[in-house]
Amino acid sequence: MSPQQTLETGTAVRAPESLTMAAALNAAIRDAMVDDPTVVLFGEDVGPLGGVFRVTDGLYAEFGETRVSDSPLAEAGIVGTAIGMAMYGLRPVVEMQFDAFSYPAFQQIVSHVAKMRNRTRGKIPLPIVIRIPYAGDIGGVEHHSDSSEAYWTATPGLTVVSPSNPADAYSMLREAIASDDPVIFMEPKSRYWSKASLALPVQTEPLNRAVVLREGTDVTLIAYGPTVKTALATAEQAVAEGLSVEVIDLRSLSPFDDETVGASVRKTGRAAIVHEAAQFGGYGAEVAARLTERNFFYLAAPILRITGFDIPYPSPKLEEYFLPTPDRILAALSTWEWS
Amino acid sequence: MSLNVENPSLTAVLAPPPLRLIDDQGRAVPQHESGGFRLPTVETLLDLYRQMVVARRFDVQVTALTRQGRLATYPSALGQEACEIAAVASLAPQDWLFPTYRDSIALLTRGVEPKDILASFRGDWHSGYDYQQHRIAPQATPLATQALHAVGLATAAKLKRDDTVALTLLGDGATSEGDAHEAFNFAAVWQAPVVFVVQNNQFAISVPLDKQMACRTIADKAIGYGMPGYYVDGNDVAAMYAVISAAMDLARSGGGPTLIEGLTYRIEAHTNSDDPTRYRTTADVDLWRGRDPIERLEKYLVSQGALTEEVRASILADAETLATTTRECMTEQAVIDPLELFEHVYSTPRSALAEQRAFLATELDGDAAASAIANEESAR
Repeated sequence: MSPQQTLETGTAVRAPESLTMAAALNAAIRDAMVDDPTVVLFGEDVGPLGGVFRVTDGLYAEFGETRVSDSPLAEAGIVGTAIGMAMYGLRPVVEMQFDAFSYPAFQQIVSHVAKMRNRTRGKIPLPIVIRIPYAGDIGGVEHHSDSSEAYWTATPGLTVVSPSNPADAYSMLREAIASDDPVIFMEPKSRYWSKASLALPVQTEPLNRAVVLREGTDVTLIAYGPTVKTALATAEQAVAEGLSVEVIDLRSLSPFDDETVGASVRKTGRAAIVHEAAQFGGYGAEVAARLTERNFFYLAAPILRITGFDIPYPSPKLEEYFLPTPDRILAALSTWEWS
Repeated sequence: MSLNVENPSLTAVLAPPPLRLIDDQGRAVPQHESGGFRLPTVETLLDLYRQMVVARRFDVQVTALTRQGRLATYPSALGQEACEIAAVASLAPQDWLFPTYRDSIALLTRGVEPKDILASFRGDWHSGYDYQQHRIAPQATPLATQALHAVGLATAAKLKRDDTVALTLLGDGATSEGDAHEAFNFAAVWQAPVVFVVQNNQFAISVPLDKQMACRTIADKAIGYGMPGYYVDGNDVAAMYAVISAAMDLARSGGGPTLIEGLTYRIEAHTNSDDPTRYRTTADVDLWRGRDPIERLEKYLVSQGALTEEVRASILADAETLATTTRECMTEQAVIDPLELFEHVYSTPRSALAEQRAFLATELDGDAAASAIANEESAR
């Protein structure tokens, strides 16, 4: 099933309403379940409670126990059983309650979700969406603010995406559910309550494409998920300093949209990537290496990474010192020689 | 170890004798000792006997091929035929089997061609049969992970109101894994139509079961999950078949999961790279050779007049034919295209993979050109 078909068979376009990202995700799951009876939803607290972030609010009441269910509290069990369901023709959408709680499912995701299609020469596709609320800036206690994306992007066989706004949240989740490939769907917790006026169903850029959110001429600022807001604020702040910043929202971390990002970098000649995850071995390292290999002769300066420090995610009172801020990003950009 | 230091005798509770329907000597056990299970008919037992003999011939043949260096590896199930064949014989056509790397003879018995079973062991691809046709999942290598897949598939079948049951094979060592626990628990909570058959062959590579767990039997654990558990003589195919079939019926009729432990023994090494003399005695192996599942059933069938020389000869002929087929399939070189490496990772093409595919294609063209030049030179 292609995403276009899914959206076309959806309910009629509704009047615009102000929606949070959490509500947009909720609507995406709901509409997918209405359109496709094979979509099932389960995980921890996703039933009557509606999830700890209320992303699945009301779905249990609407679709009942057979399609929306609370599972035992065991992440390997959630992902492992989703694999079996997908083998039998269902499209499971499962939730890992918090980033760090996805680690018990690591083996099932890396050894089976990612590899089953290749192992069976395409005979057993696994159309599973694993939703992972991730990243910090919510005052969370330990294990509630990890940015775990590089574990997944380092694994061939997975598609890893992260929306930064309500419209993308809806459109990308619809496309992820319709995809025959397993998708790690990383939801930035700190953006759950951000709002936009949307007329659903909304269709944004395809799942595998990055978008230029703001055009600029001096530097390309690459962000995804929670740091897109930071990057846009940086671009705004940079105007006063006479700097024209182009902001790219990657949206898809794997695959990486070489075309869109490469074109921007060749235009500006300078690039920096912003993420919350630690720097060493982080996703930004791949972006920097990749862009350098392909665009070296267009670059006026080395590609910078403005990221979390190489430490475990800090406690609530200390996270403000950890997270990349516009000031920190602008300070980093000023280390370049601007001739 | 027990916290109850005043009563050290309680620290080790002996396992009860396993359920059996035919004893070591090939005699039917009395009705009152059979746990309420009926001995299968002689026709059924003869069929199970034939399948065990054929499966063992395959196993011995493949082990020989491995020793000749023609397969990368082969985990043998020699001595475990009763568990393997009883499990497969209990499946209805619509049921799904979730096997491990040790369960190749289960695949064979369910109809997978030798060449397709061996595709993975000879290194052609990680797995190589038609899963939907046979309703068999790929053989799992990470321990107990497939048990969760079985629970998920069974649950999906239940949601769709199909009468499909999933059966998964596990080893004793695998029951220590967290995924085994999660599978047992999910199955019981969801009342999934799934049957867990644990082949307790007493060793996880080299580690004996008493280093895996401190309880009497693996089957006892079923109580903790809220499902029936059976401790069965895994070298008695009659008992294994009777118990597994009953569990399949229970699951199919909405009665939920069952955990069955078959007590057996791995006669061969873990794989060809293992050295079992380092962790067990020849006397131990000989003891278990004396409890051979095929010989036991043979004695019973002969005593019933069901296994004539004529029948035995025809079974052995079938087994030899299969061994020949197995050897012959090794001479056929599978066509392996290195460019296929990029083909099945994603359903949607990726430009990065297309670039790497093109890179490998160029390398291959270079190799082909170089070897053409070399051939030309050597021809001169």
